[in-house]
Amino acid sequence: MIWELDFALLLFMICCAIAAITVRDLVHATIILAGYSLIMTVLWALMNAVDVAFTEATVGAGITTVLFIAAIARTTRSSSD
Amino acid sequence: MRENVVIRTVVRLAVPFIQIFALYVIVHGASGAGGGFQGGVVFASSFILMTIAFDLAYTRRRIGSRGTMICSALGIAIFAGVGILCILYTGNFLEYGVIEAALGIPHLHGYLIDLVEAGIGITVMAVMTSIIYDMANRGGRSA
Repeated sequence: MIWELDFALLLFMICCAIAAITVRDLVHATIILAGYSLIMTVLWALMNAVDVAFTEATVGAGITTVLFIAAIARTTRSSSD
Repeated sequence: MRENVVIRTVVRLAVPFIQIFALYVIVHGASGAGGGFQGGVVFASSFILMTIAFDLAYTRRRIGSRGTMICSALGIAIFAGVGILCILYTGNFLEYGVIEAALGIPHLHGYLIDLVEAGIGITVMAVMTSIIYDMANRGGRSA
């Protein structure tokens, strides 16, 4: 396990997490969350948890993104507060 | 977006490969990464891709609400049936070894694991697809 790669991935993941809760547009937040899920998949695979990485890739990046976008399409796109 | 020929052609080409990969993940789950849940989700994502690229009615012609209902009950029935079959052979729930010992067929517990994984995959695929149907359905019509 290369610690520089690990550190960069963790840093980028924290940036994604902060960006996902600070951005105003909800569709942008959903896409950033999908990117967060992708980095989390790489981290799980680096930690030799391939099964968890597979679940994270399919459910985290695939299903929840579509579900969030479907939910946003039925409500308003950006928060008004 | 429905008129875009690139999206339609790519989805038409990708969906069979996604579904074959989902079946591979389900069958390969006993000996490696993957399993019934992941395979079912990958299979459901192929229907989601069809819903995004084409139409909800296009996907409903492939697997309708009745189909998802029957599939979700069928998968649970397979899972519980194999488990209760093990109890009938005086074992615990999902203790495959007793059936293999009673019938004397080699590697039977491997086939039973695959059967249980297939049941899990069918249920997960049907439930995920029905959730997407309900989410993508605009205007209350839920036929």
